[in-house]
Amino acid sequence: MSAAIVSSRPRSVDFDVARIRRDFPILDQQVNGKPLVFLDSAASSQRPRTVIEAIDHYYEHDHANVHRGVYTLSQRATDAYEGARETIRGFINARSTREIIYVRGTTEAINLVAQSYARPKLRPGDEILISALEHHANIVPWQLVCEQTGAQLKVIPISQTGEVDFAAFERLIGPRTRLLALAHVSNALGTIVPVERFIARAKEHKVPVLLDGAQAVPHSVVDVQALDCDFYCFSGHKMLGPTGIGVLYGRESLLEAMPPWQGGGDMILTVTFEKTTYNQLPWKFEAGTPHIAGAIGLGAAIRYLQGIGMERIAAYGHELLEYATARLACIPGLRIIGTAPQKAAVVSFTMAGIHPHDIGTILDTEGVAVRTGHHCAMPVMDFFEVPATARASLSFYNTFEEIDRLVAALEHARQLLG
Amino acid sequence: MDLKDLYRDVIVDHNRHPRNFGRLDPADAHADGHNPLCGDRLTVYVNLDGERISEAKFEGNGCAISVASASLLTEAVKGKSRAQVRELFDEVHAVLTQHDANVDVSRLGKLAALSGVREFPARVKCASLCWHTLNAALDRATAPVTTE
Repeated sequence: MSAAIVSSRPRSVDFDVARIRRDFPILDQQVNGKPLVFLDSAASSQRPRTVIEAIDHYYEHDHANVHRGVYTLSQRATDAYEGARETIRGFINARSTREIIYVRGTTEAINLVAQSYARPKLRPGDEILISALEHHANIVPWQLVCEQTGAQLKVIPISQTGEVDFAAFERLIGPRTRLLALAHVSNALGTIVPVERFIARAKEHKVPVLLDGAQAVPHSVVDVQALDCDFYCFSGHKMLGPTGIGVLYGRESLLEAMPPWQGGGDMILTVTFEKTTYNQLPWKFEAGTPHIAGAIGLGAAIRYLQGIGMERIAAYGHELLEYATARLACIPGLRIIGTAPQKAAVVSFTMAGIHPHDIGTILDTEGVAVRTGHHCAMPVMDFFEVPATARASLSFYNTFEEIDRLVAALEHARQLLG
Repeated sequence: MDLKDLYRDVIVDHNRHPRNFGRLDPADAHADGHNPLCGDRLTVYVNLDGERISEAKFEGNGCAISVASASLLTEAVKGKSRAQVRELFDEVHAVLTQHDANVDVSRLGKLAALSGVREFPARVKCASLCWHTLNAALDRATAPVTTE
């Protein structure tokens, strides 16, 4: 590594990453004898101590079932669970907590919309529009509902840089389009999709829009009112929260008109064998005892993110991306897949003569954790005619030094197998 | 974990210069193997002389372990009977997965180079894909097999 490169590293004076890293206990460990470099946050992020402590505190002091008991513990659990819903509402600027539905994650949120919103509406010949960037969670639920209804799935193509083709979208959207379902940020390539343009055009066609925000929410400011989308889906575990909890935001008028998705306790007001009346929003969509600790953990995660500030997180992420892109581009034989002008801090790449799986193993022995494979986006891999890629995804707890470690490990891989 | 144990010289050599690489046409039997998790795809071709494999070739792409393993396989099975191939597969599988495998590694020849894979459990199916595919070919199966 040359001194010139080191000195050209951008320095974020107002971003104290060393202090932030102390909040994440898992980062302070050796893997295979080397300090851990965790570069797979797009698959699942790590958690700060405040999130772990919030969950511990709940189980140690406040646990009881929610919305049921008149006793103190149940009230505390309910307050914490519903308090987290208000935190989430504020975080994405929804109008009301009635629009915030707890689900298991992005995947369940999309399935809920496919089955409860789309399925009753779809007729043979109707169309659902997605893009070629989507990961499997924003493809397969639509394929299922198309099989169930005779509707058709239409796919907006992408360009060689990994951008969704807006002109093709304008040709594809039409009178039979019933829903547009788009990734806000691509997990496999990092492309930030300019969803505002797509939403504006969809509105002209009176087509509702679902955004898969799993990769956008952790790294940027998301305002569902400003976006004017109809559904927005994201997962807790990609944004410092627990696994098994996620959010479906839905426009209240749409959610009101949708039938429940799953039946059970909590989603009802009265039950007789003849007639059941359903609970009001948001509980209409939350059958059974929910993931109470998950919701509380997600609330704590959002407060942690807000404490740092999403604008600062986004700005630092951009610095990391620029540095990683510049450094990786200097490695002979390395090809970056996904070069859209607007990107999140994700660098997907291949190396000449070295399969991504071998890259993953070699990097792991250097303590560097990257994702290798198809990233649950096999159509994206097919488009770029690669069986798989290696992907480094960066979070605000990563450092420029860690990118240097990645580069050194990749050089090692090249010496070994290239 | 020592990388040199996984990427031994024999493995690196067979990955860079795979032996018996290409299509066998005509072939008495062939089968496709796919490891969806990592995207490895192989086709194994065999010609048989009675019960014996007279020729074996493969094509496809995959990681260094899967390519080297397939290359080593085509060399190792040539001239062997179906029963001998099955026995060899059992021994290779034991070496890939068990630390205390009761296998005389010296009998495996170059295939012994795969023994380092057992330290990397995520990579075992890379090494075994070609063997499952060969078995499918020998069973005259044409449906793709998978290690999932």
